[in-house]
Amino acid sequence: MRDFDYIRPATIPDAIAAAAEPGSAYLAGGTNLLDLMKGGITSPERIVDITRLPELNRIERLDDGGLRIGALVRNADLAHDAAFAKAYPAVAEALLSGASAQLRNAATVGGNLLQRTRCSYFHDTASACNKREPGAGCDALGGENRLHAVLGWSDACIATHPSDFCVPLVALDAVVEIEGKKGRRHVTLAEFHLLPGETPQRENALEPGDLIVAVRLPAEAASFAANARYLKVRERTSYAFAVVSAAAALVVDGGKIRAARLALGGVAAKPWRARSAEAVLLGADANAATFASAADAALADASPSGDNAFKIELARRIVVRALISALAGTPERMPALPASPFSNIPGARHDA
Amino acid sequence: MTSLPITLTINGHRHKLEVDPRVTLLDLLRERLDLTGTKKGCDRGQCGACTVLVDGKRINSCLALAVSQDGANVLTIEGVAHGEELHPVQAAFIAHDGFQCGFCTPGQIMSTLGLIAEGQAGDDPERIREGLSGNICRCAAYGGIVEAIVEAQEKLATADRRTAA
Ligand SMILES: Cc1cc2nc3c(=O)[nH]c(=O)nc-3n(C[C@H](O)[C@H](O)[C@H](O)COP(=O)(O)OP(=O)(O)OC[C@H]3O[C@@H](n4cnc5c(N)ncnc54)[C@H](O)[C@@H]3O)c2cc1C
Ligand code: SF4
Ligand code: FES
Ligand code: FES
Repeated sequence: MRDFDYIRPATIPDAIAAAAEPGSAYLAGGTNLLDLMKGGITSPERIVDITRLPELNRIERLDDGGLRIGALVRNADLAHDAAFAKAYPAVAEALLSGASAQLRNAATVGGNLLQRTRCSYFHDTASACNKREPGAGCDALGGENRLHAVLGWSDACIATHPSDFCVPLVALDAVVEIEGKKGRRHVTLAEFHLLPGETPQRENALEPGDLIVAVRLPAEAASFAANARYLKVRERTSYAFAVVSAAAALVVDGGKIRAARLALGGVAAKPWRARSAEAVLLGADANAATFASAADAALADASPSGDNAFKIELARRIVVRALISALAGTPERMPALPASPFSNIPGARHDA
Repeated sequence: MTSLPITLTINGHRHKLEVDPRVTLLDLLRERLDLTGTKKGCDRGQCGACTVLVDGKRINSCLALAVSQDGANVLTIEGVAHGEELHPVQAAFIAHDGFQCGFCTPGQIMSTLGLIAEGQAGDDPERIREGLSGNICRCAAYGGIVEAIVEAQEKLATADRRTAA
């Protein structure tokens, strides 16, 4: 690990001023930043430890019925908050399907949004990577790329965003609250992460010094509590990143879908909101045929970026299964294996 | 960068230390304080061998900077037994053959203490397996570990009932 200066500012303005200097990085749980520093993938000259900043570790109910989650709330604490898990079950399930208990105890809400891709060429400093070193080329193209993107990728970068948490969040219209040199602003999570285009090194809407202070869920997000699931397919049953995942949330009344939310993980450089699929679901009969059409719509623009055509079909099936599971109802209790499609969900067998 | 002053309470003892900001909690424990029970496996958050409790919660000490833990209360495997008397979790691991080479065992035991404190798993083997999935054991002592955890929780609950009575 390269030498760095370490500072622990006492106030948010001090933190922002310090982090606006070139070569600075915020440190929250450290579970992604230290990993990258040990691998020499990133080498900040100054670490700005934000863990002691006041008032960023609170979960607050807002007057308008929304929820505000401080950026320093730990992933485990959020998932195990009983009121939170009841109102936003798919978000709690996504959190508990990510990483391990030890990591979730350290990982923070803000840090989870900003974790870097797990593309193995990005992590191998001997490989060419446009994200690590703009203009260097991309060794994933034509390389070992069965886990890479099938939506929104470009010839400059085919990496995926690894977060589970962000997938139900983007489906539920979450908003990122950011404080920077020019004050506070709100950016929807859907607009927060950027597609690679020609500049894969630019991954989000943050400017130098910008601090994520909270993530907000609008009041409407809780209206899906009775029929919301997150499903995640991985290469082993637990403690692994998603190959493909899906968050599905429905409001069903008299067999008709009154409201629908759908997002995919593991398929693109950002958590992928499937609005065209939502349009298919809205007002339709809640049945397997509708779900299959929605899945087709969600993946209509998908194309393989290499050896990963299987992910398109896998994503289709996970979308159908997530919708069937959501329709069956949110389980009373968190499944023993959160987000696993092998959990015992009545009616959740895929036979479309 | 010069060293920075920190204070840590480790296994009940207060330590005033000067640390290079690059030093992880894991390296501080092993290299400076000679608490080598906490093991370094992957050093990247993937194996759980470095698990310790910080303020009662299990974390991977390899991904935590020591300076950032200033003021914390740390429990390592060296602080688990009461003198010569093993903690019920340690005794259960031995009784159920929960370890073989011993490299992953300290992390497994610390992780078990964290799991029990979290109170999420109960005696459901599936939940215990998932709750301990951050600890990898190459020799696959998993079956014994699950049995040990079920038994240790029963013993702890009985002991609690006795103290309550
Ligand atoms: C072995 C392993 C397995 C994992 N598996 C999964 C998984 O299955 N699913 C999943 O979703 N994740 C997984 N993770 C990733 C883990 O969830 C992230 O490392 C974690 O969420 C990052 O949070 P943190 O607080 O530790 O961030 P840090 O490492 O402290 O920071 C990450 C980045 O965010 C920046 N940052 C942090 N907070 C702020 C803020 N408030 N404002 C501005 N910038 C900020 C930092 O500067 C840094 O660039 C895994 C990690 C490991 C090591
Ligand atoms: S896919 Fe993106 S992150 Fe991976 S090597 Fe190519 S440019 Fe880098
Ligand atoms: S040494 Fe820390 S998790 Fe492997
Ligand atoms: S006891 Fe050694 S790897 Fe498990």
